[in-house]
Amino acid sequence: MLDFFQPNRPVRPDLQPLSAAAVSATGVDVSPMMPVVSPAKLQEFSLDEATRVVQEFKDQPGALINALHKLQHTFGYVDEAALPMLAKLFNVSRAEVHGVTSFYHDFRRSKPGRYTIRVCQAEACQAMGSEELSAAIKQLLGCDFHETTADGVFTLEKVYCLGNCACSPNIMVDKQTYGRVSLASFKALTQQLAQKAAGSK
Amino acid sequence: MTTRLYIPRETTASSLGAELLVDAISTEAKYRNLPIEIVRNGSRGACFLEPLIEVETFTGRVGYGPVQLEDIPDLFDANFLSGGQHRLALGSVDDLPWFKQQERLTFARCGLIAATSVDEYRKLGGFAGLRAALSLSAADVVKTVLDSGLRGRGGAAFPTGIKWKTVLDAEADQKYIVCNADEGDSGTFADRMIMEGDPLSLIEGMIIAGIAVGATKGYIYLRSEYPLTQQILDEAIANAAAAGYLGSNVAGSGKTFELEIRMGAGAYICGEETSLLESLEGKRGQIRFKPPLPALKGLFGKPTIVNNVITLATVPVIFEKGAKHYASFGRGRSLGTLPFQLGGNVKAGGLIEKAFGLTLRQLIEQFGGGTASGKPLRAVQVGGPLGAYFPEALLDTPLDYEDFAKAGGMLGHGGVVVFDTSVNLAKMARFSMEFCSVESCGKCTPCRIGSVRGMETIDRIVAAKDEQERDRQHLVLKDLCETMESASLCAMGGLTPMPVMSAVKHFKGDFQ
Repeated sequence: MLDFFQPNRPVRPDLQPLSAAAVSATGVDVSPMMPVVSPAKLQEFSLDEATRVVQEFKDQPGALINALHKLQHTFGYVDEAALPMLAKLFNVSRAEVHGVTSFYHDFRRSKPGRYTIRVCQAEACQAMGSEELSAAIKQLLGCDFHETTADGVFTLEKVYCLGNCACSPNIMVDKQTYGRVSLASFKALTQQLAQKAAGSK
Repeated sequence: MTTRLYIPRETTASSLGAELLVDAISTEAKYRNLPIEIVRNGSRGACFLEPLIEVETFTGRVGYGPVQLEDIPDLFDANFLSGGQHRLALGSVDDLPWFKQQERLTFARCGLIAATSVDEYRKLGGFAGLRAALSLSAADVVKTVLDSGLRGRGGAAFPTGIKWKTVLDAEADQKYIVCNADEGDSGTFADRMIMEGDPLSLIEGMIIAGIAVGATKGYIYLRSEYPLTQQILDEAIANAAAAGYLGSNVAGSGKTFELEIRMGAGAYICGEETSLLESLEGKRGQIRFKPPLPALKGLFGKPTIVNNVITLATVPVIFEKGAKHYASFGRGRSLGTLPFQLGGNVKAGGLIEKAFGLTLRQLIEQFGGGTASGKPLRAVQVGGPLGAYFPEALLDTPLDYEDFAKAGGMLGHGGVVVFDTSVNLAKMARFSMEFCSVESCGKCTPCRIGSVRGMETIDRIVAAKDEQERDRQHLVLKDLCETMESASLCAMGGLTPMPVMSAVKHFKGDFQ
């Protein structure tokens, strides 16, 4: 289980970035068919704004998870300062809100990078080499799962199944799934994403 | 004359660049001054042909695939808008053996129509099932489902009609229909494909369920890993409401049925029905004790039908064509068809809907064309992360709920994941335990603690210095698995031993 209240750890010194030669040595054609998505537009957290965006869920039965999704969509994470406000809104204890927030893998406690990359770890992707791909991706980005790259562009997460099991291995960047990913195509994609992120600061 | 082109708006096609093709083809057509209309259908299920483009020509619909960006100018030069010959030309997609050998009932429309269009849905038999159901009494609607032999397609295979009857007979001021669309089982994607390719069939199925048992509100609990599915479902629900199929006067019957999508948040356990209900109530997705059954005390304590996407999406065709027709497919107690999902290390993966009874070998060899790597097949996992690993020797097992149980496995949701000789089953067994430890809801001890102990024990087996020590640890693992199997509260802890013990049984050599 992802430790919800563990803020981002520093970048791992033991994961040295891969050399360009090592990546091109994989010998896989880089597919040009990878859409370069734009980074999500996130707002800086403020309790006033948080309170405002979740009002629509006030009278919906059992909509706490909807509200948490809304906060994460707006700010990129669920700030701890929002939890008492949610408890009041839904008339539940703060412990319950904390319990719900920490139960679900989706909800983050700290701000993610410009893009969140999720790499599938489930069986079908394993059958197509996702384990080796994951190890190489960690090296390439210089960070482990649940961590963010030093430049703040990518947050790396793992996921169990993206439902695209006939085109493994799969990754997801924000809301876009990519199938049949190789290390070379991953590198090409992340280079373009990093450029896009730099251009939209 | 405007030419109609079909380019899927669907996760698999999109993951391989379909959206880029839409832009490139529109631009190229404009440049060449050729009028086209791009229809966004779902996938036809042949993932190995995606992105698959189809063109409506005078002689019928013809396919081209898999199409890459660099093929576009070439395709135009080959006059593909009139069905011209090209390296990627497939002819009529329906006539490809991969499709011809299928028996599509639930997926009959998937990929053929603009996914969210009520008009196109109706043209191919959509809402005929609802019309038939509206002319029956509630008891007869339930009886029709019972007679069809339909069993829960989520994995548990409980007879759907019996569940519906329990809810029908329950007295309450409010009842609910809940669709379990938390397709968390790895190796499965049928729910996603039907929701993206023919979402109105799910909506129609839920309306019929609501009318049958007197429920006026339905929820679709959709996993958050499917954002495109959410968009498409949202559109389909809006279109169905605008056409008068949802709201306070369903299809002019005076009956009420409302539908709402709720997103999950990345917890595998929320695919378990009671855990899903907790999550829908805005709580931690921890499972509930049974009894009481959700059919009697479900969502917000009210009688609730919880059915899987495929179960509900199959209901319309049962009413459109009759229970007898549906039950004429399959065999024994496994009646009808199952959309099998073939994935992993396989050449031609995708969605294959077939009547129960074909063998695992037929599915993998005739449809899948063997492994993607070209290496020999070594193991197959059927039924998701809690399903058994089968060796080559068991490939002739018929795909049927009872036969699979007899062979020590389970059919589950019909996901089939193929592994070649590079797989190590001790590693996969350890992964099963690890997955259980990460995704356990934590309510019961055998699952929460047992999975962690299981990981450690498998590590010890693999690291054992001599046979004696290894045998001792195998005994511990067996004992632990028996405890998890019999003492866990739900299928997560109860079934994790299945992949583990099947790996030990069939691939013991890997554990050293």
